[in-house]
Amino acid sequence: MDTPRTNESNCWACHASLAASPLLCPHCGKVQPSAGINYFQAFAAVTGGQPLLTLDLAALEREFHRLSRKLHPDRFARASEGEQAWSLAATALLNDAYRALKDPVQRTEYLLELKGQGVGEQNAGRNKSADRQPPADLLEEVFELNMQLEELRMNQKMGEDDPALTADLTRAQAHFDGLLAQVDSDLASQAALWDSGDDTARAAALKSMASLLDRRRYLRNLVRDVKDALATPAL
Amino acid sequence: MSENTSIERVVGIDLGTTNSLVAYMQGDQPVVIPGVDGSNLVPSIVALDPVDPAAESSRPTVTVGNTARRSLIATPERAIYSVKRLMGRGLEDVREELKLFPFHLAEDLQPGEVLRIRLGELTFTPPEISAYVLRQLKRNAERYFGSPVTKAVITVPAYFNDAQRQATRDAGRMAGLDVLRLVNEPTAAALAYGLDRAKEGIIAVYDFGGGTFDVSILKLNDGIFEVIATNGDTHLGGDDIDNLLSAVAIDEIFNDHGIDLRQQPDAIQAVRKAVIEAKIALSTQPAALLDLELPGGLRYQREIPRPVYEQLIAGVLARTAAPCRQAMADAGITPDQIDEVVLVGGSTRIPAVRTLVDQLFHLSARGKQPHTDLNPDEVVALGAAVQANILAGSSAVTDDLLLLDVTPLSLGIEALGGVVARIIQRNSTIPASATEHFTTGVDGQTNVAIHVVQGERELASDCRSLARFDLKGIPPMPAGLPRIEVKFLIDANGILQVSAREQRSGQQASIEVKPTYGLTDDQVETMILDSFDNAEADFEQRQLIEARLEAETILAAVAKAPENPAWQLLTPDEVGAIESTARALEAAKLGSDLAIIRLCVTALDQTTRRFAELMMDQAVSSAMRGKTMQVAGDQLHSSDTIHAPHQFAPAEFE
Ligand SMILES: [Zn+2]
Repeated sequence: MDTPRTNESNCWACHASLAASPLLCPHCGKVQPSAGINYFQAFAAVTGGQPLLTLDLAALEREFHRLSRKLHPDRFARASEGEQAWSLAATALLNDAYRALKDPVQRTEYLLELKGQGVGEQNAGRNKSADRQPPADLLEEVFELNMQLEELRMNQKMGEDDPALTADLTRAQAHFDGLLAQVDSDLASQAALWDSGDDTARAAALKSMASLLDRRRYLRNLVRDVKDALATPAL
Repeated sequence: MSENTSIERVVGIDLGTTNSLVAYMQGDQPVVIPGVDGSNLVPSIVALDPVDPAAESSRPTVTVGNTARRSLIATPERAIYSVKRLMGRGLEDVREELKLFPFHLAEDLQPGEVLRIRLGELTFTPPEISAYVLRQLKRNAERYFGSPVTKAVITVPAYFNDAQRQATRDAGRMAGLDVLRLVNEPTAAALAYGLDRAKEGIIAVYDFGGGTFDVSILKLNDGIFEVIATNGDTHLGGDDIDNLLSAVAIDEIFNDHGIDLRQQPDAIQAVRKAVIEAKIALSTQPAALLDLELPGGLRYQREIPRPVYEQLIAGVLARTAAPCRQAMADAGITPDQIDEVVLVGGSTRIPAVRTLVDQLFHLSARGKQPHTDLNPDEVVALGAAVQANILAGSSAVTDDLLLLDVTPLSLGIEALGGVVARIIQRNSTIPASATEHFTTGVDGQTNVAIHVVQGERELASDCRSLARFDLKGIPPMPAGLPRIEVKFLIDANGILQVSAREQRSGQQASIEVKPTYGLTDDQVETMILDSFDNAEADFEQRQLIEARLEAETILAAVAKAPENPAWQLLTPDEVGAIESTARALEAAKLGSDLAIIRLCVTALDQTTRRFAELMMDQAVSSAMRGKTMQVAGDQLHSSDTIHAPHQFAPAEFE
């Protein structure tokens, strides 16, 4: 991350304040350099420039469209090279920001990254081993599930069908789906705490969201494995 | 930027597998610009004329379009079609294509080199061949406007990867065009349809062309065309149907007559031409007849009833279903949520394709029909013209329109163990970016290599290799200490840009790019066609050359006219008028007065008007009355069912 830009920046052309609209001057409509602007600031009209986790999605989309109309490289095809480059960078930031902010999970992940609690290792992608480390309270269930999955795959290899096992796994899938839903609702409560709490409450919310996201990733992989296994037809 | 940019037109070009078109915005409406022969479609065929020993130039003349088509059968080793299939591809990708298409690769091709195709005694890269097609379109537009054209929007299949897009942009540059934007074909089509209706809702564009298949799902909202998902297959199209039918015919000929045509390129082209005609007929008729004269005076005649045809091609058509389902899944919608379906590409004329589309999107079940009111061959070019107008900012009609497209394939970097770390997901709105940090593994290491791939598979070796980036000039530090920030940015053309910075020293790291399948800037520079193409000073000269070519085309047609039965219906006065205007044009074309040549062309066009009508009457309905030969030829083409074998009938290729 570059040095974060303060909300008190001014337009390079007319020096108007950019607090409410850092990518596009609200006064003269000129595109602004986007270095150092974070996703929440890019949507300052919706977030007030603050890292909020509870957002009005309809307002977010309206702002996305409004800014796209002004910032998109299509609008700068005849502009100077410098403005073309700023338009490209500003639109990329706008698109990246919209993609992340419209999804509650990605929005939370981005907040954690911003606050130095990034969940991802550098270049680790989504196959990193942490995703495969079961949360302590689930160890037993996961062990059981893996045994059943192994059995199912063996059966499939032999061309056998075990309806009881399939039923068990379908139940397990529903169970883990339920846990996933619980994680999402816990995340929403923590998000509310983050948005309204004092510094101490915020720090605590941040920490629990980080571990909830780890748990969520683990569960999601698990559910996907079960789904895949059940969807594989016997040979 | 030059001062005259504001008055200059930006054209929209559909660089197709089978046909290419150029269009522009005429007032509020996009229109296609016809060529000298009056046809809107320029077949994407490029041929080398036999070398004329008397000519000063050592390079043979390159012909494009309908003229080149004749060479396809006469001198197949000097002509090429469907070169779009080879754009941005490597040797190992094209083995399958080589079995099906008469592409002859240069013998001295090295692994890792950009493909070169042999035409006669010369070799060309695929972008060079495409550049000849683009140059023809550029000339058609210049002839039409009477002024130079140097800026264009070019369409590409939505599912084209980075290398294929770069190759297309390179082709534009070689043709002397400043490519302002590459636009995805289905998106362009949506734009052409959406222009005059302020629609809201979700639309699907099913684009089944000559060589590529795309499907895109878009959300329309107050002039914003937001693509939410796209999918496709860049090697699936009408070509595959032609190849299939050709293979069946060639097999049958071998079985029935013991004649093996597989080693006879001219015979294969004749079979191909016949099956394409049969394919087109089968879109409107219950059966078609393949009738071919074989070497040795034998005949191959074969009736193909539509059910047999549909059974044959079912496998090809079925390959379009999975991309449609994937696109809907990625968009998070069900078929029932799609408000409208737009059909694009010549292959959507096939009734079985329409049936498949109806099933895929639950259309008739919901009392809906797909949109087909714009000519499926032209709609992409028309949309490109709309986008060109948006970029030119030249009229209020397109002021409120904006395309927000997506990248069709995920972008990743090869991590330890050959696994792909995805940094930009497919269907992300472009421009899109991702920032990654890299460090060194050895003390004092001054460069880091990054392998960038595109695709959805877990292993880098299963994805499409885009390029290897070599970050150089990292200040020597203990291992792990440098922190190199690399910014990956996919621009509005869907093309990757990479920049890097060493954060501890603040130094801009230099990047050496080794594209896996592509030309370097220097290579492109050497391939720019006739440098005079860019120079305005030579514009008049070129106009003259083209006016002479146009004169020759018309005179050749008039010379052949007496062979047509319609000629006998002309009065002696009419014949006399034609002959005298033809003589006048003959004389004018030897001079160098552009205005006089143009005047004589127009005069001859006028005196042959009634002959054209008579000829039409014989071939077609009376709906063609009152048209000149050129216009009549044009209309003859746009009527789906008739393919008159005369001089003015344009491409029958789909
Ligand atoms: Zn300003």
